[in-house]
Formats: sequence, C-alpha cells, structure tokens
Amino acid sequence: MRRFGTIFLTLFLAIAISGCAASKKKGGSVEVEDATIGSSTDSSSSGIGSEDTTAGEIIILESDDQGDMDDPLGQRVVYFDFDSANLTPEAQMVVEAHAQYLSGNPGMAVVLEGHADERGTREYNLALGERRANSVSEIFQALGVAPDAIRTISYGEERPVSMGQDEGAWSLNRRVEILY
Amino acid sequence: MKFDRIDKVLRATVLLLALSAPSAGLAKLTIEITGGAGSGIPIAVVPFKWSGEGSLPEDIGAIVAADLYRSGRFDLKPPSDFLSRPSQESEVRYKDWRLIKAETIVVGAITRSGENEFDVNFQLLDVYREKIKIGLRFTVSEDQLRQVAHQISDRIFDEMTGIDGAFNTRIAYVTMKQKENGDRLYELMVADSDGHNPQQILETTNLPVLSPSWSPNGRDLAYVSFADGRSGANVWIQNIESGKRRPVARFDGTASAPAWSPDGRALALTVSSAGNTDIYILQVASLEIRRITKSRAIDTEPAWAPDGSHLVFTSDRSGRPHIYRVNTDGGQIRRLTMEGKENAAASYDPRGERLVLVTNRGQGSGYQIGVFYLSDSRTDVLTEGTLDESPTFSPNGAMILYATKMGREGVLAAVSADGRVRQILKLHEGDVREPAWSASR
Repeated sequence: MRRFGTIFLTLFLAIAISGCAASKKKGGSVEVEDATIGSSTDSSSSGIGSEDTTAGEIIILESDDQGDMDDPLGQRVVYFDFDSANLTPEAQMVVEAHAQYLSGNPGMAVVLEGHADERGTREYNLALGERRANSVSEIFQALGVAPDAIRTISYGEERPVSMGQDEGAWSLNRRVEILY
Repeated sequence: MKFDRIDKVLRATVLLLALSAPSAGLAKLTIEITGGAGSGIPIAVVPFKWSGEGSLPEDIGAIVAADLYRSGRFDLKPPSDFLSRPSQESEVRYKDWRLIKAETIVVGAITRSGENEFDVNFQLLDVYREKIKIGLRFTVSEDQLRQVAHQISDRIFDEMTGIDGAFNTRIAYVTMKQKENGDRLYELMVADSDGHNPQQILETTNLPVLSPSWSPNGRDLAYVSFADGRSGANVWIQNIESGKRRPVARFDGTASAPAWSPDGRALALTVSSAGNTDIYILQVASLEIRRITKSRAIDTEPAWAPDGSHLVFTSDRSGRPHIYRVNTDGGQIRRLTMEGKENAAASYDPRGERLVLVTNRGQGSGYQIGVFYLSDSRTDVLTEGTLDESPTFSPNGAMILYATKMGREGVLAAVSADGRVRQILKLHEGDVREPAWSASR
C-alpha cells in the first residue's frame, strides 16, 4: 500500500521538478530530471534491471519495519543500486522526511555528500556520486527546501565506509549522506 | 638540484614518518617483473668501470641493465657468465661474448673529472660485426648520473628496436595511507620512470587527489583535489619546480578529469554544474572556458587526439559507460566502442592509432586494461585483474602503466602494449594509484 503512495508522490515530484528546473536554467535542461527522478518511478516497480538489489535490504535492516514511519529522520544515509542514482522507495521515504523537516526549518543548511563503490573508474564515480547527490537535492528542492540551503559534493569512490571487496561492502559505499 | 625545495619537504615528511613508524622507509617504488624474461635481443651489459676513490656514486651499468630488462625486449646475459670485464672497445675480446651468445654488448667507464663532475663513457658494440654501433661521452654532476644512465638506455633501445626510448622520462602517481586515527593521507608524487627519485609534490589529509595529467613540456601537473571539506572537487595546476599551484576552474560545482592539450595551451576537463556532467575546454592562460558536450548523461574523462583535432571521452548516454569522440568545437559526436559491457578512461597512443582504456567484458569479469584499435574497432584485453584502472601509455607507446590491486592494496603495474611482459611497481606501505606518464623529462 505504502509503495503505491511513494510511486504516486514520485510521479508528482518528477512533474514538479521538471517544471521548476526548466524555468531556472538557460537551455537544454529538462533532460536532467528525466535521467534521475523520472526513471525512479520504474525502479519502485521493476528494480531498474540493475545487478544488485541489496540497497533496499540495508535500509530495511536499519529501520526494522519499512511500513512504519519509524523515524526516518534518524537515518542520515540513503543507499543506491550499482551505477544508479535512482532512489529506492525506502530511500525516497527517508529523503522526503528530511526534506519536510528542513523546509519547516528554513535557515538550516544541508550538505548532500554523494559516494560510489570502487567498481568503475574514479572519474566516472566522481560524476556518479554527484548524480546521486543531485537526485536527493532535486527532491529537497521540490519539497520546498531553499536551493541556497543545499550544497552537494561528490567524493566518488574516494571515501568508502566499508573496505571489503564484495557486494556487502560495495552496497554500503553507494550512498548519499545527508549532513546537517 | 631542481627539487631542492620540495626535497626538503619530502625529507621532513620522511623524518616524521620514521619517528612514528620505525619500519617506514622512503616511499620508493620497487619493481617485480612477472613475465616475459628470457626472450628478446641477447645483450650483455658489462658493469661500468669506476676509477675514482670510494664507491661508485651510481651504478650506471646496473641502471641500464634494469631499464632494458623491464622493457621486455632484451634477453640480458647474467654478469656471472662474463669471461672478461672490458670498459671500452679496445679491451674487448669478441669471442668471449660469442661464447655466451651475446649479440650486443654495452661497455663503459665513469671517472671523476672535477669537484662535482663526472665523465661517463659508453659504447654499444656489435659482437658479430666487431664494431662500435654507438659511442657517447657525457660530463655531468653527481645528481645527473641516473639521468645519464636512462639516456644511455634510450639510445640503446632506439638503436636496437627502432622505437624511441622512454626511460629518461618521469611518472606521477598518488599514494594514500590510512592512519591509525582513520585519517587518509594523500600524496601526489613525481618519480623517474623506474620509480627512483620520488619527489612529493602535494600532501593532503582527507582531501582526495586524483587524475594527474602532465603538461606536454613536463613542467606542470594538472590534477583533481579538494580545497577543503566544504566544496567540491576542483582542478589544480601545479608547477613542479616551484611547487606553486592554483585552482583553474572557478564556479559552483565539480571540476575534474583534466587532460592537457598537445600544444599545452588548454585543458579538456569535466564540469558538473546544475546537475549536468559535461566536457569543457579551458584555456590555461585566460581561464576562458567553453562547453563541448551537452547531454543529460555523464560525459567525463576527456583525452586529446595527438594532433589536437578531437577528444575521446567516456559517456553513459547509451546506458552504460562507453567511449565516444567529439571534435573540439563540439561537432561530430560518435560512439567508438561497441563491444564489452563498459569501456572508460580512454587515451591515445602517441601515433593516434590505438586507445588504451578500462574495459568490462561482462559476466562478472570486472575491469581490465584493454587496447582498442581504431582501424578495426578490435579490443585486446591485456590484464587479468578485476579492478584495473587509470591506464597511461608510455611516451613511445610501447608500455602501459596502470593501477591494479594486490589483495586490498593498490599497486602500479606496467604491461607491454602487446601484453607479453608485465611488472608490478610496489610501495612499502599504503596504496599507489593514478599513474600518469610524462611525455618529456
């Protein structure tokens, strides 16, 4: 049930963001949203055809019960599938909760730190971390967080939290940290 | 001499390391050859005669022998087999060398000719024709002796293979050490192509350093780092001799992946601004910047064609990262790699015929180094790691230096462009990564 709610909200966001972003930027800008939020609607139903699906499980481990709004504000990290910047439904929930909190507390600044796992080149991963941080930033802005209050920064694969060389470690490193 | 100032910084660092960890030595790369020996041109390098007092300042013969051995193109005869130790052609009994099947021999002598001045004489001799192929004399200071050895290697390599030598060149790389308190210490290093004479160019704590790119004249390095923990990656240009550096891209967002143009005037780089990661060209003198690609995809890792006419770059516009080309005015974008699941980080060989790149062939194969032939779009996979990256051609296109893992540790490795010989360049401690090979000394 909750899943459908998230999809609906995501669709709404996709429309809202492409609208507002297009008016802000000079040209050729609508594309950005397509690549990120727009396709995350697919992700909630199909799992994006990515190789790894552990990202969702990790969120579940941390929140115990995904059906509950068990203080998603307590979670400061959201995780991603391999080579993806799409938010899982669970990550979406966490991001939305932070967005609502921050939009209700104007004046607070937030840093969105994007990270990647070690697979793929360092430069590509720097861009991928950026893309992930931007996915979160776009939702923040759509939910009323002032763009000036948000800073995105990517460290690519340079700051892993887990040093292992397996999917368990990699899934912990593909993340955005919400810092405020 | 050139590096006096930096040398002091390096010594201070080494001293600190020595105090905190007795086992820490100078961060010198050591080299292990992992294949290909025993074939190639049969050659004997006779230890150079030293007629001065005390010990030989640099063992030039040994340096030359090591250079030739690492190239994988020579079969070096062991000095224990030598029947005599001549230091010039007039002392050579050619039959001694025919007996041990050396077709070519290298002889030489070092003498002190002044306070800090040495004469180095060297000859390359053809054993079967019994004649001198090359005879050279250098007069240099002590700190130039290693460089002279590499120049001798270059001349031998050129004479025997028809390919320019690339021994008298330098490499840049990044090291990372994790301290006990969890801090990550990054150092940008410059060393001779054989790993000797490491010089620390930059040291940062918890601010990653990546993607060094040499200016064509070898005087400056562009690289990616972070000014502080608050702002995104930026591209910096640092003069190696003075150590002075400046950020080159001033705007909100991330700048990365610098690649120096062949004429040294511009950098191709990646800029992420307003959520879009594209290729730009920045004029080094004026910092004027021009956008080259406009796509919603990730476009990154630009590299110049040797004639400067176009760039190759990595883009995931087709879903997964692949290699594309684009003219420097943004026109004629075309996908180059069709095979494999992913291809990334391509750069040209000096003749513009091949690309070296990181390739993922799918089925969980991970990432290896490949050579892509532009004539027929074929890719030869040269390595066997699962996380191989950052390939860089030697200036003569004969070798490829890249980063790989030994266990959890990052090490540098080199492979001949035909895949035949491989070698590992290891540090005592910490990770080595992000190699870049300079085109000039």
